Amino acid sequence: MMKKIYILEDLDCAHCAAKIEADVAELSGVESAAISLMAQKLTINCSEEIKDTLTADVKKIVKKYEPDVEVIEK
Amino acid sequence: MKKIKKRFYRILAGTAAFVAALLVEKYVEFGSPSMENNVELILFLIASFIIGGDVIKKAVSNITRGQVFDEQFLMMLATVCAFFVGEYPEAVAVMLFYQVGELFQSYAVYNSRKSIKDLMNIRPDSANVIRENEIMEVSPDEVRLNEIILVKPGEKVPLDGVVTEGTSSLDTSALTGESIPKDVSVGDGVISGCININGNLRIQVTKEFGESTVNKILELVENASSRKAKTENFITKFARYYTPIVVILAVLLAFVPPVILGFGEGGFAFSSAVFSKWLYRALTFLVISCPCALVISIPLSFFGGLGGASKRGVLVKGSNYLEIISDVETVVFDKTGTLTKGNFVVSGIQVEEDFEGGRKGLLEIAAHAEGFSGHPIAKSLADAYRKETGKEIDTKRVTDVLEEPGHGVSVKVDGRNVLAGNDKLMRKEQISHKENDDYGTIVYIAVDGKFAGSIVISDEIKPNAKEAVTRLRNRGVKNLVMLTGDNPKAGNKVADELGLDTVYAQLLPQEKVEKLEEIMKNSTGRVAYVGDGVNDAPVLAMADIGVAMGGLGSDAAIEAADIVIMNDEPGKIATVMDISKKTMLIAWENIVFAIGVKVLVLFLGAIGLASMWAAVFADVGVAFIAILNAMRSGRIRE
Repeated sequence: MMKKIYILEDLDCAHCAAKIEADVAELSGVESAAISLMAQKLTINCSEEIKDTLTADVKKIVKKYEPDVEVIEK
Repeated sequence: MKKIKKRFYRILAGTAAFVAALLVEKYVEFGSPSMENNVELILFLIASFIIGGDVIKKAVSNITRGQVFDEQFLMMLATVCAFFVGEYPEAVAVMLFYQVGELFQSYAVYNSRKSIKDLMNIRPDSANVIRENEIMEVSPDEVRLNEIILVKPGEKVPLDGVVTEGTSSLDTSALTGESIPKDVSVGDGVISGCININGNLRIQVTKEFGESTVNKILELVENASSRKAKTENFITKFARYYTPIVVILAVLLAFVPPVILGFGEGGFAFSSAVFSKWLYRALTFLVISCPCALVISIPLSFFGGLGGASKRGVLVKGSNYLEIISDVETVVFDKTGTLTKGNFVVSGIQVEEDFEGGRKGLLEIAAHAEGFSGHPIAKSLADAYRKETGKEIDTKRVTDVLEEPGHGVSVKVDGRNVLAGNDKLMRKEQISHKENDDYGTIVYIAVDGKFAGSIVISDEIKPNAKEAVTRLRNRGVKNLVMLTGDNPKAGNKVADELGLDTVYAQLLPQEKVEKLEEIMKNSTGRVAYVGDGVNDAPVLAMADIGVAMGGLGSDAAIEAADIVIMNDEPGKIATVMDISKKTMLIAWENIVFAIGVKVLVLFLGAIGLASMWAAVFADVGVAFIAILNAMRSGRIRE
């Protein structure tokens, strides 16, 4: 199990945040995903196996809903 | 901020174009009606493109990605349809108000973010570390353990450490909400995030930046809003179903009634006038289909509540805890360090009349006799001796020290035989003594085989503990319990003084867990446990809500507790309960208000009584009011 945190810069739409959160949580290997809109932070608990593909997957999901938001790995 | 500004200018330019179009519509005459209509259509189209260009762009690009039912698409659809039915001003207005709503939403989020940043403006930018006799300015995370840092007046303490040189006052208000500065001198521990007020301090670093208080607190606050309250999750779920349902209803409303009405006498006749009428009604649905007011205002309310709590020196680890703390029915306290200060002081001295040294003499002998033992009461006696006489213990006066475990000590002070210890020691040595039944630890002293008197050492009750109990009772807490490892006498004394309901004394740490389990089983409501966090970690973790006292510096507390009270005041629990109640009230006001207005306008829209303007209000106006309402949370009167 590992924990991964991304900063979603310029995210200010609560509705989109909820959609991103739901989609990330559905990725295989992801245990839980939570977005704090206020901290602009996406926290993911997931298995070690997907650590190489996770960032690309997250970026893809974020681009889908909020193309202007920048995903920064922390 | 850049995004907000861009949107603001877009709205300004669009509004100007919109007003121009309206003026042309009203005052300028054209040769023919069809020509007039075309010119107006073009003007309004231009205005709507200026205002909603980015929305349209996004909607189109979302469709190519397979995203259909998002708000941009729905707004675009509403605008296009409004043009189609000939309601040009409404078409532009839908876009305009949507943009205004978005702008306001961004601004509200930006503002709360800023306020929490200001509130948590404790992150140090740099540290002055002394390396090879030179002062170097480095980033706090480059400083290593045991290095010496220099903190000048006006600067923030960047890392936790111990003062090695200098004295000063520290402003801890950003961490604890406490306005009285704390004085520190050589040997005192200091925590990062405090502001040095007057003297230069040299501090030996005891924790690296990642482990330092300031970093832990910042992490905690930033993560707090990821633990969502049930109300928040409810809204997220609601929003997921709300939009598709409203959109489907809109489609049905646009097509079903015209088709049914079309089957009149003489077979089916599709009237475009009837269709326009129903399409207009369907449009009002589309405009109301965005649940923005709810999805933004609920997290905002909780965020405000969390911020308000940290402003008062209480860190709440998640919205979920803020949500349930106002329902707490039973509060279980630890005694030492929670309700009492945990600092043992001499609280009473009884001297035998025939003891020649009197009060001071007895204290002098007792302090010296215990001077060699590592027991905490030795320190209390030494402190009292210093306070009373201004002198330190002179160890040269003490000889022949013999510790008797479980009883006390037998020593020679200035060559006289002294016995100091509990009543068992007196009985063992067959010294007739006067029983002292005061609350606390009693030290009996005999000099040259004769009873000289006794000294009481006890823990002080915190000055605000009594008030805390009253405030909790006023907030509907039914059951106040105390668990303590101390003896029943000491426990009862504190409980009586404070007016608690039940005391369980002489508990070992694992028995505390069992007792709490029992209390939780018998309680109908939620149970909060309040402890000092050092040895209470398992109990803190087990309670519905674990509240740690004086979390500053205690890692175990920050880890195990759900709420951390930074300045040790038990009364803060009542303060958090107030914030919780207010936050929940605001959240539910917003839920009821927003859903209520939307459903009402949907209904009126379906029967043709609500215009597009009412729909715009139900969307943007409601969001506006809900956000303003959400911003009130966290502001309570104390």
